[in-house]
Amino acid sequence: MSGVRVLVGTRKGAFILTSDEKREQWNVDGPHFGGWELYHLKGSPADPNRLYASQSSGWFGQLIQRSDDGGKTWEAVGNDFAYDGVPGTHQWYDGTPHPWEFRRVWHLEPSLEDPDVVYAGVEDAALFLSADGGRSWEELPGLRRHESGSAWQPGAGGLCLHTILGDPTNPDRMFVAISAAGAFRTDDAGKTWKPINRGLRSEGIPDPTAEVGHCVHRIAMHSARPNVLFMQKHWDVMRSDDAGETWQEVSGNLPTDFGFAIDVHAHEPETIYVVPIKSDSEHYPLDGSLRVYRSRSGGHEWEPLTNGLPQQDCYVNVLRDAMAVDSLDSCGIYFGTTGGQVYVSPDSGDSWKTIVHDLPPVLSVEVQTLP
Amino acid sequence: MIRVVLPPHLRALAQVDGEVVLDLSGRVTLRSVLDALEARYPVLSGTIRDHATRQRRPFLRFFACKEDLSHESLDVELPKAVIMGHEPLLVVGAMAGG
Repeated sequence: MSGVRVLVGTRKGAFILTSDEKREQWNVDGPHFGGWELYHLKGSPADPNRLYASQSSGWFGQLIQRSDDGGKTWEAVGNDFAYDGVPGTHQWYDGTPHPWEFRRVWHLEPSLEDPDVVYAGVEDAALFLSADGGRSWEELPGLRRHESGSAWQPGAGGLCLHTILGDPTNPDRMFVAISAAGAFRTDDAGKTWKPINRGLRSEGIPDPTAEVGHCVHRIAMHSARPNVLFMQKHWDVMRSDDAGETWQEVSGNLPTDFGFAIDVHAHEPETIYVVPIKSDSEHYPLDGSLRVYRSRSGGHEWEPLTNGLPQQDCYVNVLRDAMAVDSLDSCGIYFGTTGGQVYVSPDSGDSWKTIVHDLPPVLSVEVQTLP
Repeated sequence: MIRVVLPPHLRALAQVDGEVVLDLSGRVTLRSVLDALEARYPVLSGTIRDHATRQRRPFLRFFACKEDLSHESLDVELPKAVIMGHEPLLVVGAMAGG
């Protein structure tokens, strides 16, 4: 019987939520690594029992955990993320030079083909690769050494590389996004990178249409159309139909276009989801009403999805890595909140249920669809 | 025989209960103790000392014999009571909430 495994990273540990294809009854397993921050967990598309987890702490630094049995047992693997060469400086919040310093892994992206190959997006922004199941890590330095690198500035959460998207039709192409530098693309397997931010407009930087300096919060792609990208920027929901060469705003009738998470329906490449957040200084839904917005037209026209979600006195946030979709016939949509709730919609967003409602603040949600 | 008391999260990580006991030869310093500790428990590498700088992580402290050794050079010899095994070296997480 098919089912789903939901990997939830929180401020105080990891939780694994499992259900059958009905997604009505759930088993909650955890906390794993209790007391530690779990910024992200993700399973290998090539081997669903191979999981990677980013475990970190202000006291003890970064660890990477690996499971080969779907999260029943874990093994700490390599945690030495050394920048290539002399790292130099990027810009600090006030524009002064600041040394590049490794802080944590924000995002782990296992390869589509090989369970032992996994990418890590880190703060301060850089991309690392492990080809031995996480035991050792090497930087792909071409990104950080891009000519704009010394001018990158952190967003409020830090100078973090938070999005890594591989092109399933082209192993040499990959997209990453950095707050607050912007989006970048490689077409040579990570050797060189190109900023892909044309069309973005950001107030708060000297040149609102600069090549880099944009606070991109998240990028999403449907695997069947890797040239079509959707972006939740600090403000603005954007779309590109040419692999990031140009972007158009598709915020349309959203009540606010600030937000963090964005995702694409598993079977409908033009159906996308966002969770509008009131503003950059008020990180909670408008009017205390938690609404996911769905567009069935790839943007511009949006409908609020509220059935089963709290519609009053709700002041949680949904962080950038905390939304995911499954690929069951009736596509399931999932998101977690800073209030510790994890919601599921087994019907593409029409109705929502709480899987669990009292976890620590949720940092990330990923879903594995199991055979 | 050097006794080391780790904070609970590191004991869990290293899968040890209670104190860690290390046998060291030669001069016993913070550095030699940490080197031996990481050699015995590789999972602790990077958790007490930063991988890049090899310095104590800022939210950790080293105490022994009611003294704070956190700001001593890593190459200063530890107190005799620690070297003799009468007192443990304490690796302590700074009191910080969250």
